Amino acid sequence: MAKPMEKITWQELEAGSVVTEVGNARVYETGSWRSERPVVEASQCIKCGVCWLFCPDACIVRASDGHFEADLTYCKGCGICAKECPVGCITMIAEEG
Amino acid sequence: MDKFSVFSSRLVEKSENFTSGHRACQGCAEALAVRHVMKALGRDTIVAMSTGCMEIISSPLPLTSWRVPWIHNAFENSAAVISGCESGMKAMMRKGKIPAKKINFVAMGGDGATADIGMGALSGALERGHNMVYICYDNEAYMNTGIQRSSSTHYGASTTTSPAGKASIGQRTQKKNMAQIAVAHNIPYVATACSSFPFDLMEKVKRAAETPGAAYVHVLSVCPTGWRIPTQDAIKYGRLAVDSCVFPLYEVIEGKYRLTYKPYKKIPLTEYLKGQGRFRHLTDKEIQLIQQKVDKDYERILRLSEEEE
Repeated sequence: MAKPMEKITWQELEAGSVVTEVGNARVYETGSWRSERPVVEASQCIKCGVCWLFCPDACIVRASDGHFEADLTYCKGCGICAKECPVGCITMIAEEG
Repeated sequence: MDKFSVFSSRLVEKSENFTSGHRACQGCAEALAVRHVMKALGRDTIVAMSTGCMEIISSPLPLTSWRVPWIHNAFENSAAVISGCESGMKAMMRKGKIPAKKINFVAMGGDGATADIGMGALSGALERGHNMVYICYDNEAYMNTGIQRSSSTHYGASTTTSPAGKASIGQRTQKKNMAQIAVAHNIPYVATACSSFPFDLMEKVKRAAETPGAAYVHVLSVCPTGWRIPTQDAIKYGRLAVDSCVFPLYEVIEGKYRLTYKPYKKIPLTEYLKGQGRFRHLTDKEIQLIQQKVDKDYERILRLSEEEE
């Protein structure tokens, strides 16, 4: 998206409010909602992908060495990954400041 | 071997057709269900969506979370709109205006849009037998506008329009069984699924899309906000609903029932009810009554699926 969302005026919208760019909601960073953030202990991760499968925000990404970690741009801090992790290598840590 | 499929999270489709940046509440299992459904359907899909939670969180103008053609609908007419899309595309393919291709036509709606407001349009579309899939995301109330009861709300649940108190138990009527209503239309494929069982859900959605004719999939989606549970327990309560047989997972292919997940050990209903804020007022006697109803319904599904074997 060329412009930040809040700068777009109604005159610039397409006729019929058609959105022509696919998946452009990615500019909206839901990470600012978070009060707790998931921290992955990479040495314990068995790389099963359960956290990735159960993340409602599709914010779990695979790091270069194969373990999974949360993309904090979009993570809302729901804690599902920490709860569902079969080895318990994810902990939720309170955001500060 | 065709009766078995191997699933592991590594083999699941990697592409996301429902992207991050949507505005669902924390821990929304309905957004998770949509994500799984879109993984199963792939890019060649046209989605018509009724008003509801999923619509307002995924498409606040000028943004959209969808990477597929998607059309906004009023509460009642997503099934009618997708029927039109399907017929129109069929005609255009016949006339050679667009290349012939397998396209999934999918209508989606919440439980309010399906069981209450859009019931007539849905019934019509199922009866006409369009080659489409209707997916209902059932979170058991109108969560989008602030947890008002719908006809799909569970008996005894406290919502803002069926509050529990001295004179009321909460929701006074039994949950409308939409899957059975769809079965009564004699359509080729009906299934119930839950996002806590993602492989089962994806398999059913794929099968629904491959079935020629109308298909209906009813997805139980846990809503932490409306069910008054901690956000991290959204997946757990989906599992408990299935394990306590409140929401059995089955599919009906050409009228033949098949139970796709049989709980290893049926857990008591209190396990499912006790942690949820919307059921906290229920007494043991009332839970006993609900348990009897759940047992009766589950026995029926079990009997029907065993008859087929």
